[in-house]
Amino acid sequence: MITVESLTKCYGGATVVDGVSLAIERNSITAIVGTSGSGKSTLLRMINRLVEPTSGRVLLDGHDTRDEPAYLLRRRIGYVIQGNGLFPHRTVAENIATVPRLLGWDARRIEARVRELLEVFSLDPATYAQALPYQLSGGQQQRVGVARALAAEPAVLLMDEPFGALDPIIRTKAQEDLLDIQRRFATTVVLVTHDMDEAFRLADHVAVMSGGRLLQYDRPAVLLTRPADPFVSRMTGLADRAMRLLSLVTAGEVALPGASDGPAVAPTASLRDVLSELLWCGADSARVVDADGKPRGRLTVAAILAHGRP
Amino acid sequence: MSSAGLRALPLSGAALTRIDPLGAVLTAAGAAALLFLPFVVFKSNRIVPGDPRSLMEVLPAWGALGFAALLAAAAVAALWVADARVRLVLAIAGVVAVALAAAAAGDALTPPGDKIVRISPGGAFWVLIVALGLLATDAATRLSPGPAQRVLFLAGSLAVVVLALAHGTFDHLSVVREYSVNAVRFAHEARQHLKLAFGSLAAAAVVGLPLGVLCHRIPRVRPGILATLNVIETIPAIALFGILMAPLGALAAAVPLADRLGIRGIGAAPAVVALFLYSLLPIVANTVAGLTRVSRAAVDAAHGMGMTGWQVLTKVELILALPVILTGVRVVLVQNIGMVTVAALIGGGGLGAFVFQGIGQTAIDLVLLGAIPIVTLAFSAALVLDALAEVLDRVKA
Repeated sequence: MITVESLTKCYGGATVVDGVSLAIERNSITAIVGTSGSGKSTLLRMINRLVEPTSGRVLLDGHDTRDEPAYLLRRRIGYVIQGNGLFPHRTVAENIATVPRLLGWDARRIEARVRELLEVFSLDPATYAQALPYQLSGGQQQRVGVARALAAEPAVLLMDEPFGALDPIIRTKAQEDLLDIQRRFATTVVLVTHDMDEAFRLADHVAVMSGGRLLQYDRPAVLLTRPADPFVSRMTGLADRAMRLLSLVTAGEVALPGASDGPAVAPTASLRDVLSELLWCGADSARVVDADGKPRGRLTVAAILAHGRP
Repeated sequence: MSSAGLRALPLSGAALTRIDPLGAVLTAAGAAALLFLPFVVFKSNRIVPGDPRSLMEVLPAWGALGFAALLAAAAVAALWVADARVRLVLAIAGVVAVALAAAAAGDALTPPGDKIVRISPGGAFWVLIVALGLLATDAATRLSPGPAQRVLFLAGSLAVVVLALAHGTFDHLSVVREYSVNAVRFAHEARQHLKLAFGSLAAAAVVGLPLGVLCHRIPRVRPGILATLNVIETIPAIALFGILMAPLGALAAAVPLADRLGIRGIGAAPAVVALFLYSLLPIVANTVAGLTRVSRAAVDAAHGMGMTGWQVLTKVELILALPVILTGVRVVLVQNIGMVTVAALIGGGGLGAFVFQGIGQTAIDLVLLGAIPIVTLAFSAALVLDALAEVLDRVKA
């Protein structure tokens, strides 16, 4: 649980973050979105005190983050940045071991943890543990950056435009990996991005910022159906908001009892994908079938369309 | 290797037109020197001007013939052979042959048991050594050896020279004669030379590194500090020694402890202070340049993961800046090894003492006894530090 209480940051006369308050639930993904200069990165960096607030405070599980030295606080919080910031003079294994070493873990525990993380991120330890960062591809470097942030099992992971430098295919893969990792380690993720698709895809809650102020902080569907401000609608996009709304609901959540001779879809597929499939096949309804082949009901075009209205 | 060399030999007119330009210049210089300059000079004592002696006079017929054949082969390689390995081997063989010929001339011209006559290498000797040395350097550069190979080659060459000297190969040559007369003093002055050069470097590193970090952290102070160091760099060494004499002399007079520690207006103290001041600019400027080069993302990540400010500086920033800082250290070390020579003028000691004593006595061999080790030291320091910077930089490519 991260509680941000009327956080403000001024540089000289300019107020970069202006009285922002929000409560971030444990074990969730929160995206902070906004245009450049909206103060979203500064807000993120005040959580681990890379930027010290001018006023206001941040509570982590009820404890003020200023109660301990900033460097000790940061060892408990994972941190991933755009361009990954790997140490070019250290091997992949040494990079991942950075925080465990700072915390004084013994060598055997560090080695086991590094090996585990390399395997989680599909990097063969025999090939990659002793490699230097420049020998890896961009996508691999990015994965090592996330593995390094997770090394000491932090409860909170802060990510500042983590996928900004990746090409679209690798970015999609990295986003899927992040969702897996978040479920697997039950981490609370706070992610800064200017990519609305990324925010909708990953986040349980989205905070929209503009000019240093927090305009709206809610679930993605609420941002679409009840935008608090014209700027929020512009950010979320007016033209395809119905499709965005459909992309937030999965087939398994809204399948109705009954049979269908239409195409089979997985319960995890979004309504947007199911609709697309139905359009493609020219069918009126789809069969929802889970991974073991067990039928879970059906979805008609009419039922799907109903979910695309506010 | 030899077959490659043979294949490249000039067998057609077309090959003749492809003469290596550097080889042509070096061959012309070597040939002219052999024709018009003496190879060795015979002097009845160390101060009088000597009589030139040609190689034919001093070497047995087979020796002179072999020597000429080897030089001719080196010339052919320099002019027409493209294979750098052939060029390197023949150039090194040439250097060794020239050195051995001079040693043989020394042995042949020195009357048995005589300690007064001096056999000095003449103009032809020096031109040939320089020409063949350049040929070898050029060939070695074309082979682009790795840092370890370069250091090993240097160590091997120095070991061969030291072994030859210890064995007495060059005992009858004038410079070695001067050495044997001054052996105890030479050891002392050489130690003093190294102490002054490395001592001022160490002091400059201890002060310059923090100053460089300060300039990097607080951009406001950077122009002032760098401008001051730039001005110091422009003061001529002799003038700086003079400027330092008054305050250090006054300090010695006022504080007896300083005097007892050797801090006086003349001697080693002003030399060390002057060299220290000259050394600061390269160290500070390169520390700033090196730190600026460090990836900002890596530094941000280091802070973000909970390194303390000191850990970020020592474990990330300075290590990543090290190759650039080492380039500064290399500049300083080579500069200091050269400039310590002048310290002898104010009683600071060092190998410069032989140089200035030799100039005073018009004893050129004594000048060489100081100058040759200084050049060798500076060259070796540059080579080793270059290799080190390259190794460190490669890791972080």
